[in-house]
Amino acid sequence: MNPLYGFLVLGALLFTCGVVCMATKRNAIGVLIGVELVLNGANINFVAFSRYQPGFELEGMIFALFVIVMAAGEAAVALAIVLNFYNNHATVDVDSAEELKG
Amino acid sequence: MELQIYIFWVLAGLTGLCAIATVVTQNSVRSATWLLFTLAGTSAIFFLLGADLVGAIQLLVYVGGTMVLVVFGVMLTAQGPFINMKTSGAEWAISMFAGIALFSVLCFGTLAYNEAKPKAVDVAGGVAASVAAEAKLQPQNPSDSHNSVTIGQALMGSGLGPMHQRAGQVTATHYLLPFEIVSVHLLVVLIGAAYLARAKKRKGVAA
Repeated sequence: MNPLYGFLVLGALLFTCGVVCMATKRNAIGVLIGVELVLNGANINFVAFSRYQPGFELEGMIFALFVIVMAAGEAAVALAIVLNFYNNHATVDVDSAEELKG
Repeated sequence: MELQIYIFWVLAGLTGLCAIATVVTQNSVRSATWLLFTLAGTSAIFFLLGADLVGAIQLLVYVGGTMVLVVFGVMLTAQGPFINMKTSGAEWAISMFAGIALFSVLCFGTLAYNEAKPKAVDVAGGVAASVAAEAKLQPQNPSDSHNSVTIGQALMGSGLGPMHQRAGQVTATHYLLPFEIVSVHLLVVLIGAAYLARAKKRKGVAA
């Protein structure tokens, strides 16, 4: 079997772990950790394709770099929102965040 | 080549176990620690794939920066030294079922693509095209993988990056516009996060 598929399966595993983490954790920080796992799974796919797919060598790495930068920004804003919520409600339980409706 | 495959399976097993432990543990601090090991394992996978720059930036930005943010978030919102927000058994069962279903679908799709592709090409264009398609998926020589200089030149659009033959003329691939958008985005994020997280005086507390 081509070694590419091992990397794809690992990316799928990280993606699934992230989705389950987002669904089960009641702590807002836990949901944020799930998002990081999902982004890492996607990054593994990008870099694996950049190694094994001709014509995608540079693109995969640059997309992965952009994803890393976006994840850093997303984590900063999400933590700012969580801290703000904690200051107002003294909890980080996402079930008690009913008033945060669009 | 064999050694690379063994190293991959060891690293992939460790990374996958750490990711599963991140999900399963009920403690925020332990979850963040398992995430740290998962991110480090991912960067090791990047190094194994020959993506030195991406692996190094993963270590610097993710493991060094984002993890510090997450750990600070855990510490600042801690109601006790060990927070426990239990998830009920029924929720666990449903989530596990959904997770296993999603993972099976993803794996099935990946591996079915692996087996189906040569057959489809056989129908379309004969054995030669099938062989060509197989050859395209072979790994490239690591020595001609792109180093940080190439990536930097492609980002800056200096014209010295990889050349692409397109519509008869040779043009350089560059990503200057996305690079600029990302830098403005980071500035906006910086200001927005500082604005959102600033210390406010509570109502009812005397100034």
